[in-house]
Amino acid sequence: MPVSNTDAARIGFFLAVLIGLATGPYWADRGTMRLLIEAFYFLALAQLWNLLAGYSGLISVGQQAFVGLGGYMLFTLTMFAGMPVVVALPLAGVLTGLLAWPTAMVAFRLSGPHFAIGTWVIAEVYRLSFAQISALGGGSGISLPTDIVRGMADGRAARESMTYWIALAIMLAVIFGIWVLMRSRVGLGLGAVRDNEEAATSVGVRTVRLKFGVFVGVAAMTGMIGALIFLQKLRITPEAAFSVNDWSVLVIFIVVIGGIGSLEGPILGCILFFVLREFLADLGSWYMVILGVISVGIMLLEPRGLWGMVNRKRRFTLFPITRQVDQNP
Amino acid sequence: MEWINAIVQGILLGGLYALFAAGLSLMFGVMRFVNLAHGDFIVAGAFGALLLFERLGLHPLLTLVIVLPVMAVFGYVGQRLVLNRVVGRDILPSILVTFGFSVILQNLMLEQFSADSQRLSAGALDTASFAIGTLSIGAVPLLMFGAAVAVLGGLNWFFGHTNTGRLLRATSDDGEIIGLMGADRRHLFAVATAIASAVVAIAGVLMAVKTNFDPSAGPIRLLFAFEAVIIGGLGSLWGTLVGGIILGVAQGIGAQIDPGLQILAGHIVFLIILVVRPQGLFPKQKG
Repeated sequence: MPVSNTDAARIGFFLAVLIGLATGPYWADRGTMRLLIEAFYFLALAQLWNLLAGYSGLISVGQQAFVGLGGYMLFTLTMFAGMPVVVALPLAGVLTGLLAWPTAMVAFRLSGPHFAIGTWVIAEVYRLSFAQISALGGGSGISLPTDIVRGMADGRAARESMTYWIALAIMLAVIFGIWVLMRSRVGLGLGAVRDNEEAATSVGVRTVRLKFGVFVGVAAMTGMIGALIFLQKLRITPEAAFSVNDWSVLVIFIVVIGGIGSLEGPILGCILFFVLREFLADLGSWYMVILGVISVGIMLLEPRGLWGMVNRKRRFTLFPITRQVDQNP
Repeated sequence: MEWINAIVQGILLGGLYALFAAGLSLMFGVMRFVNLAHGDFIVAGAFGALLLFERLGLHPLLTLVIVLPVMAVFGYVGQRLVLNRVVGRDILPSILVTFGFSVILQNLMLEQFSADSQRLSAGALDTASFAIGTLSIGAVPLLMFGAAVAVLGGLNWFFGHTNTGRLLRATSDDGEIIGLMGADRRHLFAVATAIASAVVAIAGVLMAVKTNFDPSAGPIRLLFAFEAVIIGGLGSLWGTLVGGIILGVAQGIGAQIDPGLQILAGHIVFLIILVVRPQGLFPKQKG
């Protein structure tokens, strides 16, 4: 049963948003561009975490492992292998995916809530290990040499535009990639696994292979985003690279508040997150308390998040992935 | 000699880790529920002791007289009002709600007590020690280990010999059937959380005397507790003591090699055991 995606209004809306975002470097000032880059990578991280937790039943509190690995891979490849940034960026993702392989073999020995804490332990192992590598600055970290940064593009403006477009491209690739994935056989299998793993196995879904593939794929993309994040920051430390607060807590709050298990939810959550931050960032730790209270409240009252509240009556969707029975065969 | 000393200190530290782990193990055992804010509750217990020590001038260990019942009541009420709503077949809500609590609690403590590292002084007890041959064993670590043995022994007796204990074991075996037998599952869950919170209070107060702590010290305690539970095997209380000891000794040996390796060595030994023996050393129930 094919799902309808020929909604002209929807395509028009996507095109308008796409053109608006793609022309960002021509209308946005530097501050706005930095903010948008940050929004792009947070949204991409949120969508990837949602693919794990919301669509595949793999609740990880250790995705900072792959953000950090990607970041350190970029620094290693550019500084010690002399690679240009544009080559090192995707390669950092691939290498992170390769490292996710053994990571998954260990983490998959745990299930459910223990899997969540297990991934966190593994992320800590990576953090503590990178703090021991003196060639990468040990615990105090290392800066990206200026000639590598200058080699990216001529001039500061060109460099910032390039970073912006790379961030936008990664975010769009993640969103549309997940959309296509969820409309395929794989997506159907994942939904079945999440809803009832035993039943899914009994009708022939290869559950372990499927989960393994999703975990490694998500790790590779997360690694590439990590490489981008630290390319923009120009400096990496084990604390920042493997930060549970930045790359797990905030990402999880974005997904939970926006709506877990939908593609629209994280988008809504990300917009709300950045709006709240503009107004409440001065509150310091109270800001985190407020985010925590909102997300706990949402889990207790409407686990489908803000998108679930907005969409409770109208069955409207930006990214249709659910299959419906054809009323007029 | 330094090595033997590192191992002995590691064994005694394992007692504290077993105390961290007992509450986590108990809650998972009874309701298949993992509290991601477990470590932050331990730290909250430590700050509670600090507050009573500073305001009322109570001896650190005597603060337990207040901290323990307060946390137990808090645990019971919290389970009845909030956590019972998210216990169930779908583990996602329970993980995300307790994860939210962890962040809320950490930031509230940060707001109240600042990020400064704190420690409670137990007076003469801090420096008291016994000499065995050339080994010197501190009174505080010995007290911690004794407390762990007493708490675990007490819990084992409770589960084996009291009516409520037997009901909790039955809930652990099949939480749905127990409702058909006329037991009130919501009450039993809350009792389990109250007991776990009481153990958390003991762990928190002892931790405050033993080590430095700050508002962000919770998550690492959750990880230690979790590692001790998994190494020991799910459902085995004495297993968590062995798990705690293995973790403590691994950290002690790691620190002896290089101070930067202390925590890493513990994590790595945990991961090795997870690969070699994923069910833990003395498993009694399945995940």
